Amino acid sequence: MDFAGAYSGDFLIFLLQGLLITLKIALISIILSFTLGTLIGIIRYARVPVLSPVLAVLVELLRNLPLLLIILFSRFALPDLGLRLGPEGAAIAALTVFEMAMISEVVRGGLNSIPKGQVEAARSSGLSSVQTLRYIVLPQGLRRMIPPLVSQFISLLKDTSLATAIALAELMHNAQIIIGHSYNYAIPVLLLCAAIYFTVNYLLSLLSRRLENKGV
Amino acid sequence: MDFSLLSDNIGLFMQGFMNTIWASLLGLAGSFILGTIIAVFRMTRSRPLVWFGTAYVEFFRNIPLLLVVFLFYLGLPSLGITLSGFASGTMGLAVYTSSFIAEAIRAGIMAVPKGQTEAARSSGLTYVQTMFYVILPQAIKLVIPPLSNQFINLVKNSSILSIVAGFDLMYYGDIVATETFDTINTYLFVALFYLIITLPLSYGSRVLERKLARHD
Amino acid sequence: MKKHWKMISLGMALCLAMTVLAGCGNKKEEGGLGAIKDRGKLVVGVKFDTKLFGLKDPSSGNVEGFDIDISKQLAKRILGDENKVEFKEVTSKTRIPMLNNSEIDMVVATMTITEERKKEVDFSDVYFQAGQSLLVKKGSPIKGIEDVTADTKVMSSKGATSVKNIKEKVPGVTVLEFDNYQDAFSALKAGQGDALTTDDAILYGMAAQDPNYEVVGEPFTDEPYGIAIQKGNSDLVQAVNDALKEMHENGEYDAIYEKWIGKKPAE
Repeated sequence: MDFAGAYSGDFLIFLLQGLLITLKIALISIILSFTLGTLIGIIRYARVPVLSPVLAVLVELLRNLPLLLIILFSRFALPDLGLRLGPEGAAIAALTVFEMAMISEVVRGGLNSIPKGQVEAARSSGLSSVQTLRYIVLPQGLRRMIPPLVSQFISLLKDTSLATAIALAELMHNAQIIIGHSYNYAIPVLLLCAAIYFTVNYLLSLLSRRLENKGV
Repeated sequence: MDFSLLSDNIGLFMQGFMNTIWASLLGLAGSFILGTIIAVFRMTRSRPLVWFGTAYVEFFRNIPLLLVVFLFYLGLPSLGITLSGFASGTMGLAVYTSSFIAEAIRAGIMAVPKGQTEAARSSGLTYVQTMFYVILPQAIKLVIPPLSNQFINLVKNSSILSIVAGFDLMYYGDIVATETFDTINTYLFVALFYLIITLPLSYGSRVLERKLARHD
Repeated sequence: MKKHWKMISLGMALCLAMTVLAGCGNKKEEGGLGAIKDRGKLVVGVKFDTKLFGLKDPSSGNVEGFDIDISKQLAKRILGDENKVEFKEVTSKTRIPMLNNSEIDMVVATMTITEERKKEVDFSDVYFQAGQSLLVKKGSPIKGIEDVTADTKVMSSKGATSVKNIKEKVPGVTVLEFDNYQDAFSALKAGQGDALTTDDAILYGMAAQDPNYEVVGEPFTDEPYGIAIQKGNSDLVQAVNDALKEMHENGEYDAIYEKWIGKKPAE
């Protein structure tokens, strides 16, 4: 084991470059999957005809497949269907559709947890269904969704590591390259990566706890 | 779908399918045992045990599964312990998943009102007896839904074995895809094989959840 | 009416999101000589993990090796400037899909010309002659292919011809396949297998990287490397072949060969 060699300046910069890609891919995927997931969750909560059952099937399929398979599919099979994605695009697309399915379930669960009586009361007091959703259901549901949403975001950030299988130069991929240089770096580099992921994710979970307490 | 691709490579697909099932079952057993131990640690009065349990859960929940598997596969050999890809992958799965299971079990037990423990203890039951006869039977109802969810995740996550040559379904799928150049069909069949395992599990867990809810 | 509006706006939002997603991808680009000249840049798929042929240096960020220098010379002959070239990482697994997706113009990545691959892509003339061999830890009982038995664990890369070859030579042998050679070598160093098999040229690079490992035995296959180009681009194949021929004639090829392999190419 060679801690000093593994933590030399060049390697640290190389890992940092990987971390930046990891964070970039995670951030874009979080924004996209949160937007799409919320939309799908609302559509399914509101039981929009046609759209709702179609999305239900899509969500069910996506939730039951390994993310690694979806990533490989996006990178190597989608081009045959006419959608050409590079490593970054494929990683973002795969993470987005997979997490979108997970998040839509969180959103639907959160909305469903608001007692039906409140919806009925709001409707009978003259609010439209959109207004009821906007002013009564969503604000309360969102607060309950924060913890599960943040744990989904943490999963997403961890799952970006799977994109090493499509040679995306994220943190784990760069770690593998350094380990390839000398096996003595294996444990030091893996431990450093663990510390990096842990720090980022732990900060995220602290943030979630604060949001929850404040009750946005 | 091109079924000749399936029949030409059925041997590889089946071998991978069986290994995925094995890894999932072993991972489930391992993670359940580890998770229970850690959950118990966190609820004892011993400070070191509580500290260890908390550190374990926070560490493994916040780093990617791939990193855990690499620690087993690439890290342990430099300490003199060499585990195969299948063994490293399965152990990585067990350790990683156990941190989530520990949390689910702990949350379930904490949800049983404190008064019951006090009542049981003051009526002469030991701590272990209280756990077994009073707390656990009630906690199990709350624990089963998140546990079944974790098991489905475990099956999906077992695809990580493919990255360390663990001979699972995804590994053989990848090989068939590169040998036949027919990526779409290969991945669709791989997806189908995963769904054969995960869809019934999802359905079963939902039925179970509904049944448990009704008994309340 | 309100309901309709809700659905329409949701539908529009979905379409928008899908467009954003699709926008992440590279737009379809027709390959071929004309497209390369219009773009003014040659995009080449090379290995990033193969010492002597294509290795990315984590410190400088540069990719270096035999394949890199050959690609630069091709750029010089096609576009008049050896710096008008962009390198993208490929592995044995990804190079054919990436070529056929038009993400790269050509593959210069230790790629053996085989009949099966010829059905998928076109090849240039042979630009390097390799042969499959074995890399083991010094002191290993394996001294050549004859020592490899059904109980030996051999590692290689997914999608490489070496996997098929060794399975034919030694029926029943266990092959552990990884995403690339660097990962396979890391696993060998971790003691996860007994030998690593691929082309000797790649193995010599690994042995140079870590002196605890050595290449053993005579090569047991012929692996003629070719530059792969998307099917139907005969003008580009012709341009590459002309460039290779010129490099052979003016001695540039020999210079690159000697620089990386350390000896003159065999006649």
